[in-house]
Amino acid sequence: MIETVIHGILLGGLYSLFALGLSLMFGVMRLTNIAHGDQIVISGFMGIAIAAAVNINPFLLILLLVPCALVSGYAFQYFVLNRTIGKDPLPSLVITFGLSIIAQNLLQEIFSANPRALDTGGLNTMGLNLGGDTVVGVLPLIILVCAIACTFGLQWMFAHTALGRSFRAVSDEKDIAELMGLNSARVYSMATAIAFSLVALAGLFQSMRTTVSPTDGPNLLLFAFESVIIGGMGSFWGTFLGAMTLGVAQQVGFHFDPGWGIWFGHLVFILILAFRPSGLFPKTKG
Amino acid sequence: MSTALVEVSNLNAFYGDAQVLFDVNFRLGEGETIGILGANGAGKSTFMKSLTGLVKVDTNSIRLRGEAIGGNAAGEIVRKGIAMVPEGRRLFPSMSVEENLLMGGFAKRKGKWNLQEIYKLFPILKEKRNQPSTSLSGGQQQQVAIGRALMSNPDILLCDEISLGLAPVVIKDIYDSLPSITADGMTVVVVEQDVNLAQRCSQRLYCFQEGRVALEGKSSELSRDQISEAYFGI
Amino acid sequence: MTRNIVAAVVAVGLVILAASLPFWGEAYWMHEFVMVSCFFVFAMMWNLMAGYGGMVSVGQQAWFGLGGYFMLALANLGGVNPFVAIVLGAVLSTLIALPMSKLAFRLQGGYFAIGTWVMAEVVRLTVANISIVGGGSGTSLTAFRGVSRALRENVTYWVALVAVVATIVLVYLFLRSKQGLALQAIRDSEVAAESQGINVARMKLAVYLVSAFGCAIAGGLYFVSNLRISPDAAFSVNWTAFGIFIVMIGGIGRIEGPVIGTLVFWLVSHYFSDYGTWYLIGLGALAIMMTLYARQGITGLLDRFLGVDLFPTRRVFVARKVEAKPAPAARVYNETAGVA
Repeated sequence: MIETVIHGILLGGLYSLFALGLSLMFGVMRLTNIAHGDQIVISGFMGIAIAAAVNINPFLLILLLVPCALVSGYAFQYFVLNRTIGKDPLPSLVITFGLSIIAQNLLQEIFSANPRALDTGGLNTMGLNLGGDTVVGVLPLIILVCAIACTFGLQWMFAHTALGRSFRAVSDEKDIAELMGLNSARVYSMATAIAFSLVALAGLFQSMRTTVSPTDGPNLLLFAFESVIIGGMGSFWGTFLGAMTLGVAQQVGFHFDPGWGIWFGHLVFILILAFRPSGLFPKTKG
Repeated sequence: MSTALVEVSNLNAFYGDAQVLFDVNFRLGEGETIGILGANGAGKSTFMKSLTGLVKVDTNSIRLRGEAIGGNAAGEIVRKGIAMVPEGRRLFPSMSVEENLLMGGFAKRKGKWNLQEIYKLFPILKEKRNQPSTSLSGGQQQQVAIGRALMSNPDILLCDEISLGLAPVVIKDIYDSLPSITADGMTVVVVEQDVNLAQRCSQRLYCFQEGRVALEGKSSELSRDQISEAYFGI
Repeated sequence: MTRNIVAAVVAVGLVILAASLPFWGEAYWMHEFVMVSCFFVFAMMWNLMAGYGGMVSVGQQAWFGLGGYFMLALANLGGVNPFVAIVLGAVLSTLIALPMSKLAFRLQGGYFAIGTWVMAEVVRLTVANISIVGGGSGTSLTAFRGVSRALRENVTYWVALVAVVATIVLVYLFLRSKQGLALQAIRDSEVAAESQGINVARMKLAVYLVSAFGCAIAGGLYFVSNLRISPDAAFSVNWTAFGIFIVMIGGIGRIEGPVIGTLVFWLVSHYFSDYGTWYLIGLGALAIMMTLYARQGITGLLDRFLGVDLFPTRRVFVARKVEAKPAPAARVYNETAGVA
């Protein structure tokens, strides 16, 4: 059982990388990117494609793809999504949903429907013995450390930097923030740029750890979303802990019956929504 | 009268299809303190929002030192030296007192005002600088809002109903701080529903009624009857 | 007034003509009509939710699939006539939608959308684990054994026609009713509507349930015609994708939107479905373009450039203008700063 929980926590590390970007975009501008999960998959496939063309260390791929995601996230928000910002969530939802469908089908055209993985040169099979029979994978451990670092970084940035203050300002009172001289279009674009970088990182890790296939996106979106809601929308640590909870719930479900693992994760989400709608860790912001 | 710092001519403002301001003419001299009076819905707030770029208006209808700035983005206008204390304070609830003030200094302009000066003006804010802004009393929040606007070192400070919802004692405190703000030649526009307050703190008065300027004149020369007529339309 | 009577006569004529199709048309046409009508009813329901109720759902496939499965279970296991089972199944689906709505309404905006999707997934995974209806691989509708193929196809066609006409007429009457007007007030401003004594929560619940019922009817009908059901087909998010594309291309917040949108969808799928995934990509791209550059869809463009208005639901637009005029000062802020 302890092993199941440990695996759940490690899985939660990956999920929190999925969830942080979603949490950031919703927190700053009440925007929900339905193509979020598909972008994780796209990033994985891009890594696989590049690795197939040139022999490159997967961690160098991160250094290559994350800056690309930063730029494309900024541009996508600035030129497309900013046109849809407003009281009505419909336009941004329709656009990102449309992109999600397009992405899944394009990936299927290009890469076929088969699942693929990014070659890590054996890293994904390396294990670390924790004493007794408990062995944890080195790669999941790296991912978890990375997730903790990202969560800490985001939380620190929000609390202590001018950019973080700008994020909070446009989230609190957009027009007053503009009155102070902020350009909310640029602030929004920065938020999406950071969210996209996290997505790129998450996608590469996902394809290293297991596999990606063109239609994985929606499930990954749902896991990210469930992590955010389970954690409560107060802080990034809430999201992180929500992801841990979801990871453990799914692993426990898998432990009993492989067919019910994901279902059990959904069930925990629904129970939280029913009985603790403000999440398990609703620390207020600030 | 001093040279015009802000010249508003034939300003019309709309909300959707509805016209809210009709041919408003308005002059603001360097270093003046102006009061704007009017009932609810007379167009005072919309006028303030036109000046700060939150309501889009014709470019030429507002000139700052001769430059047409009507309809400029709010961010550009604050960099040109017009800052506003918005109606209802509108502090950033997720931020501490000091963070709110820092936000006000986002548009960096040179000048006297910085955190130290604001804390000198409102000492209580220094004590509470790390507290969430939402934990402050109404009067203290108003001080944060004023300090936040001052942080951009504006040439012109617009105060939209800063007495709203505050106790008389607190209102007096707030208004008593105005002289130290105007001492260095800052130009101030005070929007008020309270005739006495507006008349006392200003050199000139404008009365708005149904989106038009119904009366203007020197504060000391306007009679109560004149003001009542322009205010209530009776 | 006379224009309305002419329109009504033409409409009744068209319906009678359509109803006689089995006596002169080909079976292939009837099958095509049944398929398209399922998409149409589904799109009308999505339009009701998003275009009038202001609720963007990505989980309507839950009700479509449940409608199909309940119909199948009632017919196969309970011996109920499949056509009766469509309606009974829709009622059962709506009963399940009631507690689900309580959960969904705890979420707002985009999170409501994804929340409904999670619930659809929960339903899919649950059904996929119920072996009596075939589990993950699904099962076939066997209740039609012994019924002649022609009779089954004709009745299915008539039921589809009734579903289409009833959907249009009921939605139209609903939108012109007092409740419909209240709904549009909510879409324009929930706060303002609430202050005028409209019970926003109850109206939203009603729309949610009606929409679930309609989608379940579409699902039941689809699988009566298709005879084979599986969780992946019944609960596919593509149902909602097509619904959204149809509405956004045709025109959201108008009854004629889904009508035009379904026609476009039918043409595209008829002529381009051989291109496989590319036609889905094309539909998605078209919907995105419409959302960015012509938010009111094709009907909006027709209205603007030709002055054509198929269904006089003009009260929609009157209601909006009246709402916008008395400008409370506080709202000017939000409106002007709304677009970056």
